[in-house]
Amino acid sequence: MSQLTLDHASASVEFNKNEPRVDWHDETLWFVRTKRDRAVAQIPEWEQLREAASQIKNHVLSNMHDLLVQFEENAKQNGITVHWAADGAEHNAIIHGLIQKAGATRMVKSKSMLTEECHLNDYLTQHGIEVIDSDLGERIVQMRKEPPSHIVLPAIHLTKADVGETFHEHLGTEKGATDPQYLTEAARQHLRETFLTRKVALTGVNFAIAETGGFVVCTNEGNADMGAHLADVHIAAMGFEKIIPRAEHLGVYLRLLARSATGQPITTFSSHFHRPRPGQEMHIVIVDNGRSRQLGRPDFRNSLKCIRCAACMNTCPVYRRSGGHSYHSAVAGPIGSILAPNLDMKQNADLPFASTLCGSCSNVCPVKIDIHDQLYKWRQVLMQEGYGPTAKTVSMKAMATVLESPRLYRMAGKIGRGVLRFAPVTVENRFNPWYNQREMPEPPAESFRDWYVNHKKS
Amino acid sequence: MKVGLFIPCYIDQFYPQVAIATLKLLEKVGCDVEYPLQQTCCGQPMANSGYAHLTGGCNDNFVSNFAGYDYIVSPSGSCTLHIKHHLHATNETAATQIRSRIYELTEFLTDVVKVSTLEATFPYRVGLHQSCHGQRGLHLAQMSELVAPPFSKPVQLLNLVKDLELIQLDRRDECCGFGGTFCVTEEAVSAKMGKDRVADHLRHGVHYITGVDVSCLMHMEGILKRANSNVQVKHIAEILTATL
Repeated sequence: MSQLTLDHASASVEFNKNEPRVDWHDETLWFVRTKRDRAVAQIPEWEQLREAASQIKNHVLSNMHDLLVQFEENAKQNGITVHWAADGAEHNAIIHGLIQKAGATRMVKSKSMLTEECHLNDYLTQHGIEVIDSDLGERIVQMRKEPPSHIVLPAIHLTKADVGETFHEHLGTEKGATDPQYLTEAARQHLRETFLTRKVALTGVNFAIAETGGFVVCTNEGNADMGAHLADVHIAAMGFEKIIPRAEHLGVYLRLLARSATGQPITTFSSHFHRPRPGQEMHIVIVDNGRSRQLGRPDFRNSLKCIRCAACMNTCPVYRRSGGHSYHSAVAGPIGSILAPNLDMKQNADLPFASTLCGSCSNVCPVKIDIHDQLYKWRQVLMQEGYGPTAKTVSMKAMATVLESPRLYRMAGKIGRGVLRFAPVTVENRFNPWYNQREMPEPPAESFRDWYVNHKKS
Repeated sequence: MKVGLFIPCYIDQFYPQVAIATLKLLEKVGCDVEYPLQQTCCGQPMANSGYAHLTGGCNDNFVSNFAGYDYIVSPSGSCTLHIKHHLHATNETAATQIRSRIYELTEFLTDVVKVSTLEATFPYRVGLHQSCHGQRGLHLAQMSELVAPPFSKPVQLLNLVKDLELIQLDRRDECCGFGGTFCVTEEAVSAKMGKDRVADHLRHGVHYITGVDVSCLMHMEGILKRANSNVQVKHIAEILTATL
């Protein structure tokens, strides 16, 4: 799938050229955020639940090695084959090997952001394996050869008309059809045929339980179950941070996940997989891909607590008005902006700046990740490592020089106000991004300090 | 009590009336206020842009201006938050003291001075923009993300103003999109956020938009003026000192 190469600001300029569409995107996601608010308000102990979830994850981060080893032992005893992948390439190769071993050339997949992160679909397609995504939103963007724009609602950037057009082209539905029921039925028939004929199914993992060696997959469409139950080989792929210590902790996360994601009390399907059924093979691929590096960064390790609910995206006023694709990363929005620089600082240096640091993300987060503080900290790391544009570094140095000298500051202020008052054209032009859609403030004749000296110091 | 008045750079240069109102308000409630003359900026523009490592000189200057006051008060949630969280200096003892003694104006009035009456009148429909750094950072008001009892220090003060009608917004604590240098580096999103924020106020028929941060107000003022709107912005200090 093609990844957009524009940086966040430039991609946002493109996205904002169609203002009614931006409004629709914003309102749709805000609707999800308010649904979330109503759902969480019904849980008086909501904040304690968040705290519990955060503390359990702290325990996980501090005991990652032991918990993973415990999980592996128990999973093996259950008859699950456990694989370890250091990076995306290994993850892809392991899965390819398993498909080849099964003698298959086609696979059905349920939603997994990890496989997006590792670009699995691209890899398998290049190796002659056909992959069909079975989550409806994922299937829609897959047909359009686009990456998902949201981790829970992958096709949220598309309208009914867009979907109608896509289905007309790929599934032969009537041209111009936009009726959701009609379109869903077409997708259902198409996916049913897929489920019935694929020998290999891949699912993601929402929670892997060290104590039991089993894992839980949450979906609203039941597509993970449909794929896994009908296939001879079930492959589950997980980033290693999905581990939780004990089955009793599931209750905490299952209560938080769906409420934070969509405002539902719980996902429609929370499927527990503990052992292959007779005659079936079950594999789990546990992936690092930069996670141990992130675990080793004290300022950023908390990002690994993420349970992928997307509440931070829905609440983010920037995400809502720039669209998921502007983040050019598998995981978009605020959480993506603190995960992506770990994967590639150079390519993702713009993302921690795609925020006003309003802090809504950290406070909506069900596991209390300090997202906006990490955005601030990533900015410092990225600029100190030299990933800032030279012009910005030069202007920041100049600003620092002016602001550390009261005399220079007053002189610059006086000149600045003078320019604005007597030669506004030097500022009020198309090269000034402030002036593009906003008027400049009206400069007063005297600063407050001037006033204070004249009025108070007598 | 001896109060050092911290006036952020852009208020000093572009909105002196806000600083004057703040000074008058603090004096009116009985504070002994001084404005240290060599102050410049809190350093936030550099730090939020990823250049905290360049703020040393700015921080030292801040410390030399404000060391020794019982309280430091500023009419800006954002700059106050920056100092509270990020001020470090050559004289770290003084910096630590400043970090614990700095207050945003409305929290100072409600929590330290405990103001219960004000002689102010403002017979208009007013929309309050809850600036994010003040609200979520300094906890000046409850945020909509949390399941917790509501409160708002700015509202508590606005309720003391005679004839003022405070409207309820559809999105009560959405960010306006100013965001410091974000307003120019991400101009498209910033301007769209500002337009949407202003539209929420206009839908409710406000005469004035107020807030605790002039930066957000300056951004919304720019949008209002571009749209030739009659609606004006006023910092909360201007309203709390307004008389007929």
